[in-house]
Amino acid sequence: MSRVSKSNELLRFSERGIYCPPADVYIDPWRPVDRAIITHGHSDHARAGHGHYLAHRFTTAIMKHRLGEGLSYQSVDYGDSVNINGVTFTFIPAGHILGSCQLRIEYKGHIGVVSGDYKLEDDGISGCYEPIPCHTLITECTFGLPLFNWKEDHLVKEELNTWVKENALSGKNSVLLGYSLGKAQRLQHMLETDLPIYVHGAVHHMNAIYEHCGISLPPTIYPQDTKKPEGPCVVIAPPSVLGTPWLRKFAPFASSMASGWMSLRGPRRRRSVDKGFVLSDHMDWKGLHTVMDETRPERVICTHGYTDIFAQYLREQGIEAITEKTEFETEQTE
Amino acid sequence: MRDFADMFQAVDGSTKTTVKTQALKNYFDKADPKDKVWAIAIMSHRRPKRPMTTTLLREWAAEYAEIPLWLFEDSYHIAGDLAETITLLCHSRESDIEDSRSLDDFMKFIISMKGMDTEAQRVLVQETWRTLDYTSCFIFNKLLTGNFRMGVSQKLMQRSLSLSVGIEENVIAHKLMGDWTPASIDFQELILDIQPENMASKPYPFYLAYSMPGRSKELGDPKDWQVEWKWDGIRGQVILRDAHLYVWTRGEELVTDRYPEFTSFTESIFDGTVLDGEIMAFKDGMPLDFQALQKRIGRKIISNKLMEEIPVVFMIYDLLEHEGKDIRQLPMSERRALLEVIVKKAHNENLLISPLVEFKEWIDLDSLIQTAREKRCEGFMLKHKESAYEVGRKKGNWWKWKVDPYSIDAVLTFAMRGHGRRANLYTDYTFGLWQDGELITFAKAYSGLSDKEFNRVDSFVRKNTVQRFGPVRQVKPELVFELAFEGIAHSNRHKSGVAVRFPRMVRWRTDKKASEANKLSDLIDLIPEDGRNQDG
Repeated sequence: MSRVSKSNELLRFSERGIYCPPADVYIDPWRPVDRAIITHGHSDHARAGHGHYLAHRFTTAIMKHRLGEGLSYQSVDYGDSVNINGVTFTFIPAGHILGSCQLRIEYKGHIGVVSGDYKLEDDGISGCYEPIPCHTLITECTFGLPLFNWKEDHLVKEELNTWVKENALSGKNSVLLGYSLGKAQRLQHMLETDLPIYVHGAVHHMNAIYEHCGISLPPTIYPQDTKKPEGPCVVIAPPSVLGTPWLRKFAPFASSMASGWMSLRGPRRRRSVDKGFVLSDHMDWKGLHTVMDETRPERVICTHGYTDIFAQYLREQGIEAITEKTEFETEQTE
Repeated sequence: MRDFADMFQAVDGSTKTTVKTQALKNYFDKADPKDKVWAIAIMSHRRPKRPMTTTLLREWAAEYAEIPLWLFEDSYHIAGDLAETITLLCHSRESDIEDSRSLDDFMKFIISMKGMDTEAQRVLVQETWRTLDYTSCFIFNKLLTGNFRMGVSQKLMQRSLSLSVGIEENVIAHKLMGDWTPASIDFQELILDIQPENMASKPYPFYLAYSMPGRSKELGDPKDWQVEWKWDGIRGQVILRDAHLYVWTRGEELVTDRYPEFTSFTESIFDGTVLDGEIMAFKDGMPLDFQALQKRIGRKIISNKLMEEIPVVFMIYDLLEHEGKDIRQLPMSERRALLEVIVKKAHNENLLISPLVEFKEWIDLDSLIQTAREKRCEGFMLKHKESAYEVGRKKGNWWKWKVDPYSIDAVLTFAMRGHGRRANLYTDYTFGLWQDGELITFAKAYSGLSDKEFNRVDSFVRKNTVQRFGPVRQVKPELVFELAFEGIAHSNRHKSGVAVRFPRMVRWRTDKKASEANKLSDLIDLIPEDGRNQDG
């Protein structure tokens, strides 16, 4: 019982977000607070309206672009620790997107981890996930079902490049749709092609931040005019461009979507794209198990995704697990 | 199986008809004839029966994937497809596996498992999962669970096959009708032979109508048209050949034994006759309500009591074969004239002819259609007097003209995830109507909203769940939808006391609050008085 009470003392779920009372800070809060620690730059984790932001320097760069330059930011690097009222916050790579961190939170011998969003495989541009042994683990379980098991990156990469080549041979451009922060860059990183790569504005701006943070991506073209591109090309854009004039100028093309949801036939067909690549920035079922094995938490709190199911499963495996309601979103395809 | 799996992948991965047709044609060009027969069978809803129950399959898959059964079930609810769930959990992830069995081998293997003891089945099924990549495993599981829909209509399959073998599409459609078993027929006999032997029981492909797109007066001179009531039963075909009676439904089910009333047809009608019509529950000169026929449909053993309570007639629309000759190309008016003579001579109380609706001007029909419900009809059928009896759903010469559906505003109360294309999206809804401050469930509906609207309702459901019952979520009673339905009747099987037919959403009433939705008493008011009572 003492451990449970200790973890309650350390991290609490409030209507504003995940709260750490001894430090008086919130982690990824969804309502405006005075002091926020941000795990990564996606909009459901890094929201506007807080007094002070503490985050990895890459995440700060993303927030400066998305939330504005003039806010109160404090930046750290991977592995850095910050002490607030006797609570030690350490930023450990989460492998999710550029700058994404898990937070290791230590207080009076109790170690809690807030995973944010994370994934196991090192994609080469998002930092490399490290396991953090802890007492309490607050985890996402976006894909916390045995249905979801990702292929290794090199296999998806091969599939992707073959598809692009085949399209080019049949005179079609290849349109790759994915979320503009994270997925879009991962796709670029996987591409092995001599074809010009056109990017949508949303992707272009995020690319600039990756470059600014020292991550090199293949050269891309950000089309400023409405001219049709000459010759075959690859296009990278967020899914919201489907059916817009912006995309139409790349016709004829074959379209594809990259997301963990593409494992399922229903969402794949619902999307009305020609091809679905199963590619996710979240932990799959195996990944979540690896996390449990390597971090050996006594208590798990599931925050978003298939929380009830995953928690129930963990309880049957002898791990104390509960769910908490948050306003984090599961993997977006929009 | 590799070539079949590749074809399936091409077909499944595209929404374009041209791509699908090409992929199918390529397959029919190259595949082994034995495999082709199976492919045709699968795409014309002739799959072998399930060799084992899906309950067993679920248990074996959970065991194989080393997960508890409840987790398998929860996963199934999210994937929305049993075969897909099993495949995601059980297919081989090795890249160098190669199962060399053909589609024919697989089908024979599946059939051979029928009747084996379950332990032997379990071993075979789990062994097979181990050797199959994702697509082959998915196909195998679809065949095992017995509900393989490939995203290819029978029509598209027939067109591709026609392109491949160079035989006219309508001829192929006819050859594929009726009773043939893929295990015992070869491609030569099924498709290529000019004079196949087992044609006696074979029904003709049904001619189906589209809904009339505009107003009736746009059809031209009313004198050119024959108008009948649109009866609401089961479309069927009665065949009398070689002194035998065959009764087929439009779903190509042979149902001769279910309707003992029809056995007397062999005495009333000459051999070499094929009739198109409607199987209907009919008593005292009037159709019974739609629930009556439902009671007959499922029954294989028909008691005299049931036949007395719910007698069934064949309401004839058309004559397709006369004196052993296919007369589908004769004009409607000539076929009708021949038909009238046949029915008059038959003197059989279970054989009725669909009467012609008398009218002079199109405008006469506008008021007449309003009486369709009293007659338990769905509206009119309009047939051009010169029309041939065509194959499949065609525009131009036949139109259906349905009376406006009933409608009512109801409150969304429960939601479940959909299947197939709507997997993992809350699209299956339950609706309630008010009674004494409570919402009484009266209908479920799954269709009628756009993808965008479904997405919005899905996110409402996720954010406004009050309680969960397994996969079902009870939601805050806030959203109001206009539901349309085709029929309504009293029912003691429904909590509301009312059964409605084909309910679907027609409009999201964002302008209405839940409190403004209809009352259950409003629905009950829609139930027509029983016409029979009025007639005495």
